[in-house]
Amino acid sequence: MSELERKLAGSGLVVTGELPIVDGGGLDAVRAKLEQYAPWVDAVNATDNTAAHAHASNLAVAIALKMLGVEPIMQVVCRDKNRLAIQADIVGAALHGIENISCLTGDDVTAGDEREARRVFDLDGPQVIVTAAALARGEYLSGRKLEPAPHLFIGAVENPGAPPLAYRAQRALKKARAGARFLQLQICYQPEQLEAFCAEGARIGLFQHTALLPSICLVAGARPLEFMDADVPGISVPAATIERVKNAADPREEAFELAVEQARHALAQPGVRGLHLISFRKDDAVGRLCERLGIPTTKERDASGHGSAVTV
Amino acid sequence: MKPLALIEKAVKGPIWGCQMCGQCVLHSTGMTCPMNCPKTLRNGPCGGVRANGNCEVKPEMRCVWLKGFERAEGMPALPKHWREEYNDMRPPVDNRLKNTSSWANFLSKRDRQTPAGWKPGDDG
Repeated sequence: MSELERKLAGSGLVVTGELPIVDGGGLDAVRAKLEQYAPWVDAVNATDNTAAHAHASNLAVAIALKMLGVEPIMQVVCRDKNRLAIQADIVGAALHGIENISCLTGDDVTAGDEREARRVFDLDGPQVIVTAAALARGEYLSGRKLEPAPHLFIGAVENPGAPPLAYRAQRALKKARAGARFLQLQICYQPEQLEAFCAEGARIGLFQHTALLPSICLVAGARPLEFMDADVPGISVPAATIERVKNAADPREEAFELAVEQARHALAQPGVRGLHLISFRKDDAVGRLCERLGIPTTKERDASGHGSAVTV
Repeated sequence: MKPLALIEKAVKGPIWGCQMCGQCVLHSTGMTCPMNCPKTLRNGPCGGVRANGNCEVKPEMRCVWLKGFERAEGMPALPKHWREEYNDMRPPVDNRLKNTSSWANFLSKRDRQTPAGWKPGDDG
């Protein structure tokens, strides 16, 4: 059983982080990128060609995290690989003791810098969950036996802020029924959308199956918010939010305060078991955010047996 | 393409933009063909739908899956069980059926054959 699985089975707060992209530099580079997250997170995402740009692979980075003593969550996207390659990656990850898998459809090639590439999407996000569940059961998608069956802890992603808003909780439930035990929600800059998603999730029984980890992005000013609004598929940032950060006396600090507010709000929603932190900053923002929220370090949380729910 | 497939293409192409995947799910997706989704998702919509409801890949096109959702919700002509199938887990596309007639595959049940390991049963 992975640590993440064990912790989500408990009642304490869980924090995951998203490792910035890795292009090289060996374990030292990975260690440096981990630095701001390390004291605070239970597990770290190894991304899969994020934003449709090629980088060191999800599997390679997940292994590096493992070597550095950090629990990895290997993201798997559908854009670049067919069902054979996706299964090989998951089974290969399990071979290295990587059990946490986060399944997502992924941005299209047109979101990246190699737009002429062939898009694959042989499977879609929900189908990868079913496929991973098959592997964990001890068979490949073809039905061929897989022995020994790898132990997997399967998760996925859902976007509470993309149309059709009324369907998103149902789609999350579809993923949960397929075997997703945690959902790292995409960053949502409209609190009322996250609220509606969580309320609907509670109504339809989503949280009997799965734990929510809403994403919180740590940025250093208004420009990254404008970028996300314009260029990140499925993310929209209200003009008033961008203005607020832009017109503040200290935009950098205002962007941080925005994240604190978002995190507090997210943690107050039903079904939310923790946070997924994505830092685009190179300072100590992750640590400051956790301190402001009253989240102890991972070590302290572990020592207290994860029992203490955080009051926000 | 065989004659029946050609007829199917001639009928369904102009109306639904049929891509001849040979395993039609149109009735369960609000009479909107998911193969017109640039990612050819069988279990959409993805998380990239724009705030205005348009596609992440083709900004001028309304999301195929959003259109299907609205039709599944609001098209009184659709039988209730078809509308409820919108949220079903659809299996991966069988690429061998490309350019064959989904009508023939429906009658022979070939379109419902899935890989032996595909067991999407309620895992919750």
